[in-house]
Amino acid sequence: MTKVKSLADLKMMKDSLKSKISLREKGENSENLVQIKVAMATCGIASGAKVVMDFLLEELDKRGINSVVTQTGCMGYCYAEPTIEVKRPGQEPVVFGYVDTKKADEIIEKYIKNGELVDGIIPTNYETIDGEK
Amino acid sequence: MRDLSLHLLDIAQNSIAAQATKIDVHLEINPKLDYLALIISDNGKGMNAEFLQQITSPFTTTRTTRKVGLGLPLLMQNAERTGGYLEITSSVGKGTTLRAVFHPNHIDCPPMGDIAGVAAQLICSFPNISFSFSFKTDTSEFSITTLEIAQALEGIPINDTSVFPLVKQVIESSLEELKFPV
Repeated sequence: MTKVKSLADLKMMKDSLKSKISLREKGENSENLVQIKVAMATCGIASGAKVVMDFLLEELDKRGINSVVTQTGCMGYCYAEPTIEVKRPGQEPVVFGYVDTKKADEIIEKYIKNGELVDGIIPTNYETIDGEK
Repeated sequence: MRDLSLHLLDIAQNSIAAQATKIDVHLEINPKLDYLALIISDNGKGMNAEFLQQITSPFTTTRTTRKVGLGLPLLMQNAERTGGYLEITSSVGKGTTLRAVFHPNHIDCPPMGDIAGVAAQLICSFPNISFSFSFKTDTSEFSITTLEIAQALEGIPINDTSVFPLVKQVIESSLEELKFPV
């Protein structure tokens, strides 16, 4: 693909972009929109959440997975940053901790594609001793 | 924070949390004058004078998940380390403007970092917020807005994963052309 250098280039790309998106939406994953939230507070950013988000955005597009990646605030798991929340269609969201690009790759290949659980899940019922999350 | 782009990403979250619908980011560098400014202004809910006064304290935060907030203190520390400063003005109901000034020739000045990636991430993650980014050097200027990108895309959702790499490329090559230091 040639490099897009300006908004005019972007405009010229839009037809191929449209067909790419409609192809993906008509594909086998049509109803399967995966929603991912990257915790992007000070704690997350300081531990590398930006790099993880870059990786997710680029790889999910390359691998043709129908998904939306957004940012969210601190989920209270500062000790385990970077954290991401992944919601597969029709399932409860799952939070993963200590996500670097290697872990993110594993999450895409195993959990997002096949629903296979991988290490690093933060249980939602996790509570500290004083009862605060 | 390792670089200025991460500070930008971090501070923008404050504006987003303040329910801003419009966020303007201005980044200006002039090595000859030893001047670098990051200015972020939003139309969020703003802060009262009392809260504004304690905003750079690490123990001030609006979040409920923990008791400390380090975003602004870290930015202030980094700016002051280079001999610069951080200044915030705000009015309730109108919005907030933040200005961080660095002296880029100082050895402690953090590098720019991936400014294009951060700008693209913000634009593509928050389709409902109207971002405007402007970059200025001593000789030239470049700006890009959410609206311009949405118009170029003609109906393709801006938060589609296939849009992000393209937006990032546009900003990257424009910054290169500008000879914006990275």
